[in-house]
Amino acid sequence: MAKTLYDKLWDTHVVHVEKDGTALLYIDRHLVHEVTSPQAYEGLKLAKRPQWRVESVVATADHNTPTKDWDKGITDPVSRLQVETLDANIKEFGAKVYFPFLDKRQGIVHVIGPENGATLPGMTVVCGDSHTSTHGAFAALAFGIGTSEVEHVLATQCMVMQKYKNMKIAVEGKLGLGVTAKDIALAVIGKIGTAGGTGHAIEFTGSAIRDLTMEGRMTLCNMAIEAGARTGMVACDEKTIEYLKGRMFSPTGALWEKAATYWRTLKSDDGAHFDTVVTLDAAEIQPQVTWGTNPQMVTTVGGNVPDPAQEKDKVQREWMERALKYMNLKANTPITEIAIDKVFIGACTNSRIEDLRAAAQVAKGKKVAGNVKLAMVVPGSGLVKSQAEQEGLDKIFTEAGFEWREPGCSMCLGMNDDQLSPGERCASTSNRNFEGRQGAGGRTHLVSPAMAAAAAIAGHFVDVRSFK
Amino acid sequence: MEKFIRKEGLVAPLDRANVDTDAIIPKQFLKSIKRTGFGPNAFDEWRYLDRGEPGKDDTKRPLNPDFVLNKKRFEGATVLLARENFGCGSSREHAPWALQQFGFQAVIAPSFADIFFNNSLKNGLLLIKFDAKIVDQLFKETASNEGYRLAVDLEQQTVSTPGGQSFKFEIDPFRKHCIMNGLDDIGLTLAHADKIRAFEAKHKVAQPWLF
Ligand code: SF4
Repeated sequence: MAKTLYDKLWDTHVVHVEKDGTALLYIDRHLVHEVTSPQAYEGLKLAKRPQWRVESVVATADHNTPTKDWDKGITDPVSRLQVETLDANIKEFGAKVYFPFLDKRQGIVHVIGPENGATLPGMTVVCGDSHTSTHGAFAALAFGIGTSEVEHVLATQCMVMQKYKNMKIAVEGKLGLGVTAKDIALAVIGKIGTAGGTGHAIEFTGSAIRDLTMEGRMTLCNMAIEAGARTGMVACDEKTIEYLKGRMFSPTGALWEKAATYWRTLKSDDGAHFDTVVTLDAAEIQPQVTWGTNPQMVTTVGGNVPDPAQEKDKVQREWMERALKYMNLKANTPITEIAIDKVFIGACTNSRIEDLRAAAQVAKGKKVAGNVKLAMVVPGSGLVKSQAEQEGLDKIFTEAGFEWREPGCSMCLGMNDDQLSPGERCASTSNRNFEGRQGAGGRTHLVSPAMAAAAAIAGHFVDVRSFK
Repeated sequence: MEKFIRKEGLVAPLDRANVDTDAIIPKQFLKSIKRTGFGPNAFDEWRYLDRGEPGKDDTKRPLNPDFVLNKKRFEGATVLLARENFGCGSSREHAPWALQQFGFQAVIAPSFADIFFNNSLKNGLLLIKFDAKIVDQLFKETASNEGYRLAVDLEQQTVSTPGGQSFKFEIDPFRKHCIMNGLDDIGLTLAHADKIRAFEAKHKVAQPWLF
């Protein structure tokens, strides 16, 4: 029978199935960070359980780490304790590798996995973080898990799961100039809603997806969770294989050849059944900007803030009204008239080298607008940072008035000092615009890196395609 | 995990769609390395007028009188009524912990986000999915009847109203069994340790580069 990519990944990892379909799924890679792991390790200790397979764990500290003055260490004692707790837990339980705070390979967990070849096609990947869907870009089955599940995987190497339905999101045709993977992601969420993918595993297909770089595919899969799907994936092709060649943990020699041969089979068979199919025309996708407090509240840069009065459903209307109040926006305001206070280029969505190149290209030779209090660029990892510095991107940014920071999650969720103050408005390349996400009372507009850089220069949102 | 068979309690309505986990428990409280102590900070940004910080004495903070859970009539509520896509966003298990430690034992909504759903059931916080029409009816009844209570019977898979109506809900048998008996998932899985080992051996032959 013809199988989808998800079917294949599922079938090759099922250990056991109960009568009601609940399965034990074997987990190949477990990414660990400081926020969702302490209670899991504590649980293991209390129950005196060993870790099942030490070699499956790749760990880093990213959410709480500062992005400047690294010589001062982590000054917030609560954050420091959490990071030190991870240090101690890894020391006690072990890991394949740990990139602690200050390590040159440290970075956002979803950036370091792929760039070190710790995420490979055909794997099952879990992490106590919802954006684990990112790793699906490598034809891996990757999903975010909670702390109890972290403990469960540490102790058993398995997840207790029911199989999801198959969903195909096909994006066909060519993207316009200046339109990116981030815009595809936001356009998809705008179309199907933040619960559109609930209960489904999404496979992104179509010529526009095949044309994306691996970085672009990661951006897209990263946001599958914002469309409600715990996992998103893209079939393996030569780009996938090329990206992985020579990475720290990629197989080598004869094993590499054998692996690559297998990886080439990781795609949906012709005629495989999908429960839900959504199609988008790439040529119609415009640069996107969110206007509300949920990624579904999105429009094109040429559009206006919508009018709740036009919404017939009461629950939806009240939701929109509340969002506009929180965002301090008036219905029908053109998006390009919205002025911003801060700019954040970073997060596991858009902090890879390609993202920084795109932003730098826009910022080159320009200056950040006077009304912008802070524009910061936070590379996704130490490796991305040094690569960018080799290319001189840091100079382009600092000369334009951006701050060039150390890697980490930073203002994506502001567990460190990088936060919005109440009422501040931010153009952000992160993935969530929830109330208070980037700081209590902060207002987030999600955009692509190029759009964020253009907004920084103009002081308000602008269409990067006509930006000079 | 505490056993859940039949519980009856006061209902509180949270009439908002897409309540995300950042709203249920803001990030600054995720710095804790414990599993407890999240109750006072559930819905922190909506519940208080000032900004919450770990270590701050929450009993001294100004409450937002407009927030529904601060209303006297919903004090001691154990059943939360909510709208679509409740619990969307991050994988933080601190969200179900905060809801439970606030006092909720069950949440009723038309739909829940996937990760939140799993996290809640793992902790014995029962999530009940009903048709939007039924949820709407329950919202209306809660609004017009002070002291409105619902009885949740996991064994029978029903929620009963004071008016004598009873609604059936679905739950997969494995989860039901675990919650009803307060079972530890890990122990259950480890009962299959031989199968896991056998799978591992086979998997290693098929994809040696994964090991
Ligand atoms: S960058 Fe943001 S979304 Fe990504 S892992 Fe860090 S906090 Fe989560």
